[in-house]
Amino acid sequence: MTDGVAVLGAGMHPWGKWGRGFTEYGAVAARAALADAGLTWGEVGSIVGAVTVRGGYPGYVAGASFAKALGWQGARVASVYAACASGAQAVDTARAQILAGLADVVLVVGGDAAPKGFFRPVGGDRPDDPDWLRFRVLGATNPTYFGLYARRRMAVHGDTAEDFALVKVKNSAAGALNPNARYRRRVGAEEVAASAMVADPLRLLDICATSDGGAALVLSSMEFARRHGVADPVRIRAVSTVTPRYPSTVLDLPDIATDSTVAAEPPDGSFRASIARAAYEEAGVGPEDLSLAEVYDLSTALELQWYEDLGLCAEGEGAKLLREGATALGGRIPVNASGGLASFGEAVPAQAIAQVCELTWQLRGQAGGRQVEGARVGITANQGLFGHGSSVIAVR
Amino acid sequence: MARSRRPAVDEWFAGEGARFRLLGTRCAACAAVFFPREDTHCRNPACPGGELTEVPLSPRGRVWSYTDSRYRPPSPYVSDPELPWEPYALIAVELAAERIVVLGQAVPGVTVADLAVGMEVEVVAGVLYEDTGTTWLTWHWRPTEVAV
Ligand SMILES: [Zn+2]
Repeated sequence: MTDGVAVLGAGMHPWGKWGRGFTEYGAVAARAALADAGLTWGEVGSIVGAVTVRGGYPGYVAGASFAKALGWQGARVASVYAACASGAQAVDTARAQILAGLADVVLVVGGDAAPKGFFRPVGGDRPDDPDWLRFRVLGATNPTYFGLYARRRMAVHGDTAEDFALVKVKNSAAGALNPNARYRRRVGAEEVAASAMVADPLRLLDICATSDGGAALVLSSMEFARRHGVADPVRIRAVSTVTPRYPSTVLDLPDIATDSTVAAEPPDGSFRASIARAAYEEAGVGPEDLSLAEVYDLSTALELQWYEDLGLCAEGEGAKLLREGATALGGRIPVNASGGLASFGEAVPAQAIAQVCELTWQLRGQAGGRQVEGARVGITANQGLFGHGSSVIAVR
Repeated sequence: MARSRRPAVDEWFAGEGARFRLLGTRCAACAAVFFPREDTHCRNPACPGGELTEVPLSPRGRVWSYTDSRYRPPSPYVSDPELPWEPYALIAVELAAERIVVLGQAVPGVTVADLAVGMEVEVVAGVLYEDTGTTWLTWHWRPTEVAV
């Protein structure tokens, strides 16, 4: 177990629908993170870009795109694609370079200019692509998967549409306190219930929007941080990037079917739970040590699932934990103190980085009105399409 | 001239009427079943790898979950933008013998109000869309207790 790597700087471009290119969002976030770290771009030895496959520019050259926007200076470069987990894998790549001694300081950047409406696969006739097939054959948009999970929770655990709405109410209250959030208005339960049904039982305000935005981190070795005059930085202690175990019995995007369990028993716990477990093991902490969690609330119902997968409560008790107020600001274990995707919307390659930005500010005590008192340990969690796990644990 | 009838995806289903079946593959070494069909390698990590042969899936199963699509899905889903959008239900169905959950559209006319988790459904041939020369076929799930 190493001491991890230091987070010297965190920065964002505010999220919204700005209509500009993803490199602009990333470069603004990068400059903010560099300023926060007290470093110039010229002092950075390596840049890692989290990749999008959408937007007005080929995201698969993200690392170099951001480096060019900031001004070529000869830094080592990498670009990482793992769908929603891209940002976490970019952090992981930077961390590996630092721990291997390949770089002292690494800039991690993600930015996206998301299309309006539903996410869709790139064009053309591509029947060998499972993502293309689920749209073509089933018309199964992302929200329909969220609807399937939500309905399953209602049937198995007795969750209600009112429980789901409470997640939005909670997250919008936190987002109202976050200057980088796109939606900064508190939303009431009646308003969620009155919004249009999208994928039964989920309504428009149960589902996260698509957004533009950017986020960046400056990471360094602990030795560099000390030399730089930062004795007690926020440290990244774990980055979980695990894949599922066969047979996977959850119908995850973009699956048309689960694995069969005829030939092998399913593993203990879900894929999502294994993502968190790997992070806990690497960091040497458990759910009882957490001060806060930032999770991918692609839908309100999915946030409840994360409570259980992170071990914040027992299976089936997510809604109970929510109703008790434990996951709200001021509660025992605030979840999505940033406002979450409910307040930000999805800017895919930036979001997992944005989650770590929030942990950084919280652990430094710089989160303003949404500050979690005495925060010492934070976890992020999300899941990238096609089996990319993602969870980061940061400590102070 | 009558349209020709063709599957929207090759080799995922076959048969007419009561003999309509989804088609998966089974590994000869470990008996793992795959749908959509896996024709190159067995994906069971504990399996040395066996020959994959086509196998029809059980025609009936139980609803694992369901939802619907109240807004028109984007392309490559095919729908006529001139016509008002008619939401359809999507059902995830658990097949007991194969121990697998398979997603599919419900037969037209079945809405989420007709469905419940645990309900029995059967697989039937359905129409995904039609163009000038071709009727593109798919599979639909039909509740055995619901008259449509
Ligand atoms: Zn096998």
